[in-house]
Amino acid sequence: MRALIAAMAALVLAFPAAGEVRIKEVVSPMGITAWLVEDHSIPFTALELRFRGGTSLDAPGKRGAIHLMTGLLEEGAADLEARPYARELEALAASFGYDSSSDSMSISARFLSENRDQALVLLRNTIHHPRFDPEAIERVRGQVLSGLKSNARDPDEIARATFRRLAFGEHPYGSDGAGTVESVSALGRDDIVAAHAAVFARDRLYVGAVGDITADELGVMIDALLGDLPDTGAPFPGPAEVTLTGGVTVVEFDTPQSVAVFGQRGIERDDPDFFAAYVLNQILGGGSFESRLMNEVREKRGLTYGVYSYLSPRDLAATYRGGVSSANDRIAEAIRVIGDEWTKMAETGVTRKEMDAAKTYLTGAFPLRFDGNGRIAKIMVGMQMQGLAIDYIATRNGKVEAVTLEDVNRVAAELLDPKGLRFVVVGKPEGLE
Amino acid sequence: MIRALALFVAIFVTALTTATLPVLAQDNKELVTSFTLDNGMQVIVVEDHRAPVLQHMIWYRTGSADEPRGVSGVAHFLEHLLFKATDTMEAGELSATVAANGGRDNAFTSYDYTAYFQRVAADRLELMMRMESDRMVNIRLTQDNIKTERDVILEERNTRTENSPRALFNEQMNAIQYFNHRYGVPVIGWKHEMVTLDLEDALSFYRTYYAPNNAVLVVSGDVDPKEVHALAQTYYGVIPANPDLPERARSQEPPQTAARRMTYRDARVAQPYVSRSYLAPERNSGEQEKAAALFLLAEILGGGTTSFLTEKMQFETQIAVYTGVFYSGQSLDQTTFDMIVVPAEGVTLQEAEDAMDAALVAFVQGGVDPDQLDRIKMQLRASQIYARDNVDGIANRYGRALTTGLTIADVQAWPDVLQAVTGDDIIAAARDVLRPETSVTGWLMRDEGENQ
Repeated sequence: MRALIAAMAALVLAFPAAGEVRIKEVVSPMGITAWLVEDHSIPFTALELRFRGGTSLDAPGKRGAIHLMTGLLEEGAADLEARPYARELEALAASFGYDSSSDSMSISARFLSENRDQALVLLRNTIHHPRFDPEAIERVRGQVLSGLKSNARDPDEIARATFRRLAFGEHPYGSDGAGTVESVSALGRDDIVAAHAAVFARDRLYVGAVGDITADELGVMIDALLGDLPDTGAPFPGPAEVTLTGGVTVVEFDTPQSVAVFGQRGIERDDPDFFAAYVLNQILGGGSFESRLMNEVREKRGLTYGVYSYLSPRDLAATYRGGVSSANDRIAEAIRVIGDEWTKMAETGVTRKEMDAAKTYLTGAFPLRFDGNGRIAKIMVGMQMQGLAIDYIATRNGKVEAVTLEDVNRVAAELLDPKGLRFVVVGKPEGLE
Repeated sequence: MIRALALFVAIFVTALTTATLPVLAQDNKELVTSFTLDNGMQVIVVEDHRAPVLQHMIWYRTGSADEPRGVSGVAHFLEHLLFKATDTMEAGELSATVAANGGRDNAFTSYDYTAYFQRVAADRLELMMRMESDRMVNIRLTQDNIKTERDVILEERNTRTENSPRALFNEQMNAIQYFNHRYGVPVIGWKHEMVTLDLEDALSFYRTYYAPNNAVLVVSGDVDPKEVHALAQTYYGVIPANPDLPERARSQEPPQTAARRMTYRDARVAQPYVSRSYLAPERNSGEQEKAAALFLLAEILGGGTTSFLTEKMQFETQIAVYTGVFYSGQSLDQTTFDMIVVPAEGVTLQEAEDAMDAALVAFVQGGVDPDQLDRIKMQLRASQIYARDNVDGIANRYGRALTTGLTIADVQAWPDVLQAVTGDDIIAAARDVLRPETSVTGWLMRDEGENQ
């Protein structure tokens, strides 16, 4: 493959061609709001449920409880233990996916129209009556611990963990939501039950549905699924202070290629300059072959297979981040080039030609995100969580177009902080201290 | 833990030798059309008009297993070099043009195929064809390109392989599984050969294999097959076929007559595991029954929470934290049937391997649970509905099939072939393939000397 698709984290900026996606707001009889795109061309529905807070809601000393609880949701509900539960789900050909991140816990469901009601009974039981059987807890705990031990010897994971700690310290953002071997080993069933109560509540719920379902049907469905949830869950933590300073942190690890992540303070999603920063990043290190970083580090010098940067505006802190990997004897040069590009961009900004090309790309790529019911359901939920208007899709490209060269270059000078840019390097890099 | 079944779709395809009207699939709003240009280039169109987007792909019937000896990695290296200059485009211009049109482009190489694709707005098809057809025959490489891009692929090998003990382990497993076939050589290449790849290696491979009669064009999304046909004729139809295109006759594996074992140790390993592979037949044109039985065997043995190995090794006993079974069947030549067992804390690799082998014996003796088979078949039928939500996935399936020796008819027949498989077929396939004397077993271990 010519390029890895870089993990372009958190940022759900919404999508498709102006006016092409018709989102309807549905308020259920019990007062739950959902966004719906009705499309009856394929007889199934994608349903996305998201609960704000995610693993950042872990109680003190219980790191990993919400992550482990999330992994246990597919291990049986109500009177069905793990295996009968799985057999039932298979017989319906439905799928429920569960994920937890530092900002939210999500359920991504898809089910056929022909047995929708049966699938929803199963999903309702999963949300309200997960079993958390002791055998299941031990089984999933074993899987989580195995993963944590593997991460501890994976250079990419070591780099991320080190960066996280430097950036956010003791805040939940500063540690792995999956917990540590010690914390996960110590979790009891009570902690899992408490984690469930912390997450599942109506005051933090966002719903998106796409596919073969009407507004009325959706209203009835979400009441049955979610109407009985408690009003509130665990309190949300406060904002995280970004404690990054400039420089290079080396973590010694015996491997041929050094892995580096880098970053500095970022910009909030609701900042008036966000779109200018977004255009700026596209030019500096956005995920295409055309970025300055890709051009300087890979195309001209052959120092890496991939280098990228991205804005990471999360609920409780914003950072501006990136990554690169190079052989141990070449990583120092890659880091020097990235630092130089950071400085050059801060000092001299971008050209009109670069800005125009970036805008054409960003506006043209917008409709490409609209590819599939599940994807659209996720995007709609992301829009709601970010507080975007329901007509955002139609207005988004206008916001990109409205960015001026002056905006981009002012933001380049204000945002980019070459002296505050921290690199974390994992490997046996030569020529770095 | 649920793992998704691979998706398969029944599609009705009209074969067109010249531009004629496509035919709507019965009770199915998606639309697959195919035709062949006079120069031998095959074209597949998959329609989906829900969004104004298309994907344009060229699949070459050539991959790393078609490389000459001594230049491993050249197929993939050439893939990178196709983004450099041509007679009419500067280096990087194709990608820059795609980006300037709001699109994304990339490419990938495997053992049996090399593919290039762009995802763009639906009204940019002609531009994509103009550029893609250009680089089919007009690349212009320099020594500078070679040196810099060779550094890039070496870093790619670092990222994918050298930095990952699991990848290094898999590379060794493949190498001892295939004694005589090029599937034993990694797609990215052996490092000591990659460093020697030069301009002539790349150009020789290019001149041999990049031609319309060795390519499949697959366009999916908001497109009109008639328009695709007209544009394909204009841009690809004018390129002459290569009359000297070699036949794809590779050295085949001899029958395996002895079990093979391997231990790979690496200080970076945190979680040791056992890996097992067996040579297995692949899907062949007009003859997919055995592969279908193996496909279902993999699902029954390792397809998630209700699978046989999970039952035996994670529920009835707590030997493993993870078990997995893998078989795709899509390859030109003989493929493998693979499984891995990740032992639970305190369980040795020997214990894990013994438990796996005992479970396999028990499975063959006990037969297939008919309810489980029914559930899997139900999921396969449903996957045909879900698959319509992702026409690019359907397009990819055709591209892969047509470059691994299958025909459009084979792709269409596959769902029915799967539904026709019986429990007895599955047990027969298991008896045939899962034989101890034809196994390859690998242990991935921490470099600490102990047996765990």
